[in-house]
Amino acid sequence: MSRRAWVQVACVAITLFMGVPLYLIALAALSSRESLNRFPLPLLPTDPSVETLRTFLDTTGIVPGFVNSLTVGIGTVLLSLLIGVPGGYAVARYAFRGRGPYQMFLLLTRALPIVVLSVPLARIFLNAGLYDTTYAVTLLHTALALPTTVLITAAIFVGVSREQEEAAMVFGASPMKAFLRIVVPQALPGIAAAAMFTFVLSWNEVLGATILTLNQRTLPAQVLTTLSDSPLAYRFAGGFALVLPAVVFIAIMRRYLLNMWGTTLR
Amino acid sequence: MSDIVVRNLVKAYTPGGPRATDDVSLEVAEGEFLVLVGPSGCGKTTLLRMVAGLERPDSGTVSLGGRDVTRLPARERRLSMVFQSYAIFPHMRVRQNIGFGLAMRKVPGDEIDRRVRRAAELLHLEEYLDRYPAQLSGGQRQRVAVARAIVVDAGVLLMDEPLSNLDALLRLEFRAELKKIVRQIGTTTLYVTHDQAEAMSLGDRVAVMRGGRIVQLGAPLDVYDRPSERFVGGFLGAPPMNFIPATVERNGDKPVLALGDQHLAAPSTLDEWVGRPVLVGVRAENIEVSTEAAPGWVTATVEVVEPTGAAVLLTVRLGEHQIKVQTAPGFRVAPDDTVWLRSTPEALRLYDPETSLVLRP
Repeated sequence: MSRRAWVQVACVAITLFMGVPLYLIALAALSSRESLNRFPLPLLPTDPSVETLRTFLDTTGIVPGFVNSLTVGIGTVLLSLLIGVPGGYAVARYAFRGRGPYQMFLLLTRALPIVVLSVPLARIFLNAGLYDTTYAVTLLHTALALPTTVLITAAIFVGVSREQEEAAMVFGASPMKAFLRIVVPQALPGIAAAAMFTFVLSWNEVLGATILTLNQRTLPAQVLTTLSDSPLAYRFAGGFALVLPAVVFIAIMRRYLLNMWGTTLR
Repeated sequence: MSDIVVRNLVKAYTPGGPRATDDVSLEVAEGEFLVLVGPSGCGKTTLLRMVAGLERPDSGTVSLGGRDVTRLPARERRLSMVFQSYAIFPHMRVRQNIGFGLAMRKVPGDEIDRRVRRAAELLHLEEYLDRYPAQLSGGQRQRVAVARAIVVDAGVLLMDEPLSNLDALLRLEFRAELKKIVRQIGTTTLYVTHDQAEAMSLGDRVAVMRGGRIVQLGAPLDVYDRPSERFVGGFLGAPPMNFIPATVERNGDKPVLALGDQHLAAPSTLDEWVGRPVLVGVRAENIEVSTEAAPGWVTATVEVVEPTGAAVLLTVRLGEHQIKVQTAPGFRVAPDDTVWLRSTPEALRLYDPETSLVLRP
């Protein structure tokens, strides 16, 4: 077989690897409780029903958990972009003292297990009166997401030539305007990638969210605590509800991703 | 339109380190086209960027049209610039690119439209106004960059090696066009290049830079013909000026130049240099060459014959020195032939071998 054909086979294999579990979990979540116990399990939606999903959604704490997760996710995306994009710009453009160590230091937050971070954080948040709020989880997730936001956007900013900014300034733009009108539009793919990464990270993060909240649980935290003593159908419905928003978010951000990793339109 | 006055500009990228520009002063008259030329690292781009306001000098001043702009940011200097990488904005159409400077200065929309159209006409870009830069060739992108620079009608136009990214043929073509356009709009222009041919052909005056200093400033042909030091003669012109070590001797009452055991007539002003070594500089086209011996001519051996179409370029060996000689295209000679060379004393430039500076009569 030619090289090209192999690439296609690989593409199909990877697509299946990612797609099949998504399909199976969707199938299970949209089947009735009885059909899940049938053998062999049908691989096509023979009798679709929303009964399982409805049961899941009616369970206490699921809808508030969903809202909390969304609040935390979007809040984390906004906050980490607000802090991370200027940070990435600084790393890309300025040769300041200690840039190398700073970049290393940024990654250090990821080197520590979340549990190690969460316990002292819980103490701090308790003292500050932030414990058991979505703000607390948003702050934790922002801290976790910042390194990648900074590093991804820095990589993109390096790709936008400094001369373009200078040209904008010669032709009458202030540095801020040059950044907003010239650099940011070209960096959108990277910013979208960082946003996606951040949202998915926040949406999936369980440990920190469990430690930092009691009643204001995010969806995964809520599902996790109730998972062990739930029926099989509930688990499938929970899994589906967890996957869906992340998939939708990625689908929306995808169009900004056309030319990811610095190869912006030239 | 405004003039450019640069006074004692000093800039070092690392404090106390080597100076990118070392106490440079320069005046560009209103409407003049001045070219800064020099090898890479000579400080020409740094000087241009300080005029533009993209680099802050350690000391010295920059004035545009009588206004001291040394402390002003680029956007308040009322100038425009063409960048080496074009620096046009890939996410904007050609129309927005050209009109960017006008939009930033809050010019009304219909006027922007009119002026963009006029600039596009001048640079033959009318058909491309609604395209993105990615859909243009390198030459067209360069035209966009020039159109964007001239549309703002700034008093001063700065160009940083604008032709260096074009291929050789396009560069030659656009060079002439650029000269025409700049003459039409009559803006004071400061132009940076490392290409000596570009400098010679474009500038009203040429400033040759080296090591952060301007070593010679003058009309292109003056600088070409009378290099103030060895470096300038070697840098300007293709082929570069020949430099041959010689000794001044006296033959009767006239000074002559001894090249090894051969002698060449010398300018009479060399009287006080008799008995001392000098460096003889002579342009390839100022050397006469013949295949027949004649009194007063020196002999040399041909090493390489390069017909260039418009001329024949010979590399000959004179004693232990290699020199370039340019002669008419019909000249027939083969390697290892012996030829006879001569040059009029007026065409010879004489340099002090120690300082490399021209000898002042």
